[in-house]
Amino acid sequence: MADKNKAKDQIKEEIDEAKQSTELDMAPSRTLWGDAFQRLKRNKLAVIGACWIVFMVIVALTADLWVPQTLGSPTEIDSTTMTQMSRLPPSLEHPFGTDTLGRDVLCRVIYGARISLAVGVLATAISTLIGLVMGALAAYNGGWWDTLIMRFADIFLAFPYTLFVIAMLAVIGPGIQNVFIAIGVLGWPSIARVFRSAILSVKENDYVDAARAMGASDARIIVRHIFPNSVASIVVYATMNIGGAILTESALSFLGMGVIPPDPSWGIMIQDGQTYLATQPWLMIMPGIAILTTVLAFTLLGDGLRDALDVKMKDA
Amino acid sequence: MADVKPLLHVEHLCKEFPVESGLIASRMKNAKKVHAVNDVSFDIMPGETFGLVGESGCGKSTTGRCIMRLTEPTSGLVEFEGKDVGKMSKKELKALRRDMQFIFQDPYASLNPRMTIGEIVSEPLIIHGVMPNADKRIAFVRELLDVVGLNPEHINRYPHEFSGGQRQRVGIARAFALRPKLIICDEPVSALDVSIQAQVLNLLTDLQQEFGTAYLFIAHDLSVVQHISDRVAVMYLGSMMEYSDWKSLYAEPCHPYTQSLLSAVPIPDPDIQHSRKRIILQGDPPSPIDPPSGCLFHTRCPIAKERCSQEIPQLREISPGHFCSCHYAEPNPIKESSIQLNLDEDDVQQKHRVH
Repeated sequence: MADKNKAKDQIKEEIDEAKQSTELDMAPSRTLWGDAFQRLKRNKLAVIGACWIVFMVIVALTADLWVPQTLGSPTEIDSTTMTQMSRLPPSLEHPFGTDTLGRDVLCRVIYGARISLAVGVLATAISTLIGLVMGALAAYNGGWWDTLIMRFADIFLAFPYTLFVIAMLAVIGPGIQNVFIAIGVLGWPSIARVFRSAILSVKENDYVDAARAMGASDARIIVRHIFPNSVASIVVYATMNIGGAILTESALSFLGMGVIPPDPSWGIMIQDGQTYLATQPWLMIMPGIAILTTVLAFTLLGDGLRDALDVKMKDA
Repeated sequence: MADVKPLLHVEHLCKEFPVESGLIASRMKNAKKVHAVNDVSFDIMPGETFGLVGESGCGKSTTGRCIMRLTEPTSGLVEFEGKDVGKMSKKELKALRRDMQFIFQDPYASLNPRMTIGEIVSEPLIIHGVMPNADKRIAFVRELLDVVGLNPEHINRYPHEFSGGQRQRVGIARAFALRPKLIICDEPVSALDVSIQAQVLNLLTDLQQEFGTAYLFIAHDLSVVQHISDRVAVMYLGSMMEYSDWKSLYAEPCHPYTQSLLSAVPIPDPDIQHSRKRIILQGDPPSPIDPPSGCLFHTRCPIAKERCSQEIPQLREISPGHFCSCHYAEPNPIKESSIQLNLDEDDVQQKHRVH
């Protein structure tokens, strides 16, 4: 009995010691972004998506260093060997096969990734920038500003998106820069809406009033208090939007409104390959897989970010 | 008292909110309005605590926000140190913010979750350009955290790592950072546990004694207000029903509304609790959209007469320093129902400490 009590006391002491040591070593303070990153790491699908995106970016960025040497040029046609090289099935030498003009499909997919990722990121950047400013103006000023900007956004959203982009490209002409601009400029209303509602909910918080009561300027309130607390939804939305922009670019190129041949684009490659779908399906399937995986990766990452950045799930 | 100029002077303050939003509906002449604050007047002296009590939705918080111009008042005069707050330019308003600070009710919503408590407490110093030297500022913030009973080592932690009581201490440190002359405390303890309430109230009284700050203390809990206030005002439906120094209000409430409120405060003695007469008001407070005619309280008043529904009672001095807006008010007509207070000298001196 005495031993038992002794053992109990010992355990108790150990627990007390453990408690003290945890109090003493002052666990490093975790930021909310740090917390979010920890949660994101636990989400397997999001990690897979992120890895795929990183892989694509690295391949696309370093393409000039190794692709032409091993797989040949994505655009140039060697007329002497063209007939023998045309539409070869996938092999060790040409993992994705070759196209009608004898170019390596893998090579064109890699260079197509450059265009697709660039369109995705740049177009989203443009629409996010416009959307943030418009959403902030509408939400922070309220009243007439709000009504005017949001009705304007409604008008934009009332048109079918792809048709609107095509109409705009018909006016400013096809070509890759114009694709950036058209997709970017026409994408702002949904971002503005998301940001506006995020600001409206953050604005109601007492800490915004506290900042006003301190005498903080409007700019300071927006930059220090409202923006950091509403940016999470924008990060999520923008990530998913990149996938959407890639899809739109592919659709435009497929329709001949986007990238001008011979530049490789996944959309153009699918259009080129559709004739041979029954006999040489890799011409269409390979760029199709590239679009699918990339868009899926951005969607998975966006989904994971949304869960990770949700403050209410902090303790989960 | 008469020679000392009031720190804050509020006269005929009114605030109406439009019921219908929308560009046209809210501008119509006959648009319905919520009369949140209705002709409220009072003074606060330097270093004094003025308690403002009333049930939820009676306009206490709106009064506080109108004084700070967090909400623009519809009409009325607010003077701080003799200057008209309503006519202040942006620059003057910023200077005013140095002398007048706010403590919020909800310690969870009033701290920015993306800032460390060090950043939160030093923000007013940065905004007003006090202490441009960063090292000195950090040292000052650490000292301030120590004063409000927080560990200065926690300066780089985020609000979500603290409990409600600790967060409210951060809010208090932020309010005191600029050494303001007046702090509007909007129900600073009502979101906290009772044991923590006492600690925070003691902290507020200690800081007041140290810095000579005046408080406008808004609360719905009469016992909380009693412990901290020099003078107390009772609000009902946006209007002031009664105000006087705390002792005379609690011992001799004149207004039937105050009497009923005080009779509802539980007394920790079952014998007294059982034997005393309680005034139980019938019904709910009327809607502030369509307030009753005459005396706002007449629909629920136990002593209402015909005159009450026709004539608006004015605040009148019942006894020196004790004002009441009731046609039939007389000093303490129903004595046995008011709460029993231990008013010996000792207690009066000690009243600022909560035990």
